[in-house]
Amino acid sequence: MLPVPTEYYLVLSGVLFTIGVIGVLIKRNPIVIFMCIELMLNAVNLSFVALGRHFGHINGQMYVIFVMAVAAAEVAIGLGIIVAVFRTRETINIDEINLLKY
Amino acid sequence: MNWELLFFWMLATVSIGSALAVVANKNPVRSALFLVTNFFVLALFYLTLSAQFVALVQVIVYAGAIMVLFLFVIMLLNLGAPESLRERGGLQAPVAIVLALSFLIAISGAGAISSGLPKSAATAASLEKGGEVEAIGHALFNPGLPWLFAFEVTSILLLVGVVGAIVLAKRRA
Repeated sequence: MLPVPTEYYLVLSGVLFTIGVIGVLIKRNPIVIFMCIELMLNAVNLSFVALGRHFGHINGQMYVIFVMAVAAAEVAIGLGIIVAVFRTRETINIDEINLLKY
Repeated sequence: MNWELLFFWMLATVSIGSALAVVANKNPVRSALFLVTNFFVLALFYLTLSAQFVALVQVIVYAGAIMVLFLFVIMLLNLGAPESLRERGGLQAPVAIVLALSFLIAISGAGAISSGLPKSAATAASLEKGGEVEAIGHALFNPGLPWLFAFEVTSILLLVGVVGAIVLAKRRA
């Protein structure tokens, strides 16, 4: 018998994901938006691990490992893009960066 | 109330509080530090879920590598508390919060509570052995499972990420 029900972890994961969604929607700073995306990825990882434990299967943790690899690559590229945009536009306000060219 | 449940509620409080602080803070450096707190708490969650290897990878990759990258870029761009990034007024924030809360009700209510999970298949052996490096390695490098191909593709993805980051960050001559 599991000491903490899996549903608790799933609801917690949903709450963390929602906080990440709110941050992505209301923040103006692309770096903080990136952090909120990481928050959402971590929330999904938590539900993967919780369901992997629930079903007594390793696959949940395997997914988490690949999500982490993709998140690492994504952060490196995304922050590189932010630095490049800041160099050309001298601002990182998300409302003024509405063109990927220039 | 048993101890595991008490520990779960303590960790859940800290993780939700730090996640809210990430969103609510005006200073991106403080947001980053609260995000580190959140990552550590999630690592503790993975430990309570008997996923030891994932917990260690969480600390090393997220709290170590990714957060250092974030802080490095924040300090490189010198974004203490810029005036231009102040949140606008208007309806954007309230509408976003209302939509997000309805989203939360939808995913937690429909997905986790009302439909109900099948009975747990976890056994004492699976809980004990679940997240050890040996089990993960056997699953990852077994040619009969789909993970080996994904592992090889991930190496290409990381290579592309390294090359792309250098190309993007290189100063144009």
